[in-house]
Amino acid sequence: MMYDFLVDLFGNSTLADIIAGTIQSILPLFVFILPFALFAVYLERKVSAHMQDRLGPMRTGWHGWKQTIADIIKLIQKEDIIATDNDKLLFNLAPIVVFVGSYAAFAAIPFSSYFIGTELDLGIFYIVAVTGLVVAGILMAGWASNNKYSLLGSMRSVAQIISYEIPTILVMLSLVMISGTMSLHTLSEQQTGYAWNWYIFGGPGMTLSKFLLIPSMFIGFLIIYISTLAEVNRTPFDIPEAESELVSGYHTEYSGMKFAMFFLAEYANMFAVSAIVVALFLGGYQSPIGYFGDLIGASWMIPIEQFTWFTIKGLFFVFVQMWLRWTLPRLRVDQLMTTSWKYLIPIAFVNLIIIGLITLL
Amino acid sequence: MAIKTEEMVLNMGPQHPSTHGVLRLELALEGEIITNVIPHIGYLHRCFEKHCEAMTYPQIVPYTDRMDYLAPMGNEFGYAIAMEKLLGIQVPERVEYIRVIMAELQRISSHLVALGTYGADIGAFTPFLYCFIDREKVLNLFEITCGARLLYNYIWIGGLSHDLHPDFVRKTREFIKEFRPNLKEINDLLSHNRIFIDRTANVGILPIDTAINYGVSGPNLRGSGYKWDIRKDDPYSIYHKFDYDIPVGEGKYGTVGDSWDRYYVRVLEMEESCRIIEQALDQLPEGDVQSAIPKRIKPVVGNVYARVENPRGDLGYFIMSDGSTSPYRVKVRAPSFVTMQVLNELCKGYMVADVVTILGSIDIVLGEIDR
Repeated sequence: MMYDFLVDLFGNSTLADIIAGTIQSILPLFVFILPFALFAVYLERKVSAHMQDRLGPMRTGWHGWKQTIADIIKLIQKEDIIATDNDKLLFNLAPIVVFVGSYAAFAAIPFSSYFIGTELDLGIFYIVAVTGLVVAGILMAGWASNNKYSLLGSMRSVAQIISYEIPTILVMLSLVMISGTMSLHTLSEQQTGYAWNWYIFGGPGMTLSKFLLIPSMFIGFLIIYISTLAEVNRTPFDIPEAESELVSGYHTEYSGMKFAMFFLAEYANMFAVSAIVVALFLGGYQSPIGYFGDLIGASWMIPIEQFTWFTIKGLFFVFVQMWLRWTLPRLRVDQLMTTSWKYLIPIAFVNLIIIGLITLL
Repeated sequence: MAIKTEEMVLNMGPQHPSTHGVLRLELALEGEIITNVIPHIGYLHRCFEKHCEAMTYPQIVPYTDRMDYLAPMGNEFGYAIAMEKLLGIQVPERVEYIRVIMAELQRISSHLVALGTYGADIGAFTPFLYCFIDREKVLNLFEITCGARLLYNYIWIGGLSHDLHPDFVRKTREFIKEFRPNLKEINDLLSHNRIFIDRTANVGILPIDTAINYGVSGPNLRGSGYKWDIRKDDPYSIYHKFDYDIPVGEGKYGTVGDSWDRYYVRVLEMEESCRIIEQALDQLPEGDVQSAIPKRIKPVVGNVYARVENPRGDLGYFIMSDGSTSPYRVKVRAPSFVTMQVLNELCKGYMVADVVTILGSIDIVLGEIDR
């Protein structure tokens, strides 16, 4: 959709194709991911500080808003240390793979009805597949670092992400069954109207099955939210980088910009998973209360409103992730596996069957 | 073809975030399961005992501070009691009361650090800062008393360095009033948190007989369910005048003597310390804070052993005098050092993450282990 718009803008030619393609692929990075990561790091500091009776960064700019920018400048300037015993190829490749994995997921996320990287019919499938790349990157980082802590951390991380992908996919599958589509854009379009049309409230329409679906949808929502927490390694599942045990896990040996790549990927991932949860259950970019643009007859305002709503919803879940991180202790690695295999996966399966039966009604 | 496996040796520390200072642990791992733990100590060795032989008796007092740097008041208290026993002097009653108040405040501040860092070890960082807010208040009380916040040099042989600040009694009462609700908050946030319980209950179980065989003392021994407290069982100073309980581990969420029990005994002890402080403040007599002792302390030939209940356990001083102004020999029985030995026994068969849990639960201070 955005692609068509850009091609139209530059006139229909091969050159326009290339320009539009380039702009489209780097746009999310500069328009959204980088500013978001900067903001999220700042937010994390402030949220944690206020939860702990502290002020957080205060010296650089008004309430320390320049702090993350200063940090990024510091990280760019830092020496890039590669130890002699590292596997250099994998060591250098790993941060890129991890970053690409989380960056590519943004291509299919519908920020508004016009701001979508590519409107894929298999959007959900694509996101699940492409975030799987992160696992490979983490394992590469842990192995190439030639450090026991890194290796333990990356092995834990891989086991964790793979285990928690299963309940995530099961919940996504149940939604695919109800909606009959794998495109996140279509899913968001289906949830138009008001908040009660969201899938967490059983989806659009006023049928009996909608009301029957509500409990299952709440359970599904909880499962997918817990699983996504584990997939992005946030507390209580931040075992791969459990600093009190494994120093920093798989990125212990990284410094400078390569470390920043991991860092950026982590925050980009936080938003990506929140965005998926929002798109699946909470109406995506749809407003819960109707559009102001409709009210005054200015239809050009609607995409902007949609973008705002999507960001607000996504940021809310990012905030919840931070909230949990600064409240809860972390689980042990075996308890983490237990949570996934003994509780989440069976519940997700049963939930899937129940939803299947209800949709047959 | 058989798969070749070998144990992995993981070196933990001395620069590891959760070894509570400069302890180095050599872990032998089978996958993530611990088969052996070898602690390497001595990174903080300062020759305390040898040093004492070259110093006069009053000069040793500031050095005792530097052993268990989270509970210097307790260290000074123990040394002062040993010296007074050796010299055969009786200190004024006001001094005894102030010493008890200081030792109990110190117990609260020390246990707060133990609780906070324990939470941080398990991954909950926020309770750590909540604990430090309260510890800060205790340190402020010490600061108005003797000017120092960490190493006090306050309890001297035969008395104290200063009398109390005029505001001290009022401020201490205020602190205890504020502290009790905060303790409840920490309990809600950490002690009874499901994840915290899962991480600590049934982990690092220390049976009573093992604990006694290894000479474990203090909250670690009481966590195993054995009621042993020097304040009650070998009373010193004026502890017999107060009404307080000795909390022991009950295995509320798991087996008696697990990490959660050791942790929770400390929580309960802080409440008991509050009770002692309140009673001591009520009864605090007026009077002098220095007894008449000679300028040059020269004890008769002989030796003495005295012990006190420090936040970390049974702290004992053995002092041998040859009749000169310096001791012939000083030996310290450091509770952390003794407790440290049981680490291997506790960790075997658990996972790497549990080493941190167990190490945190026995609450060692490296300054005291290495001396």
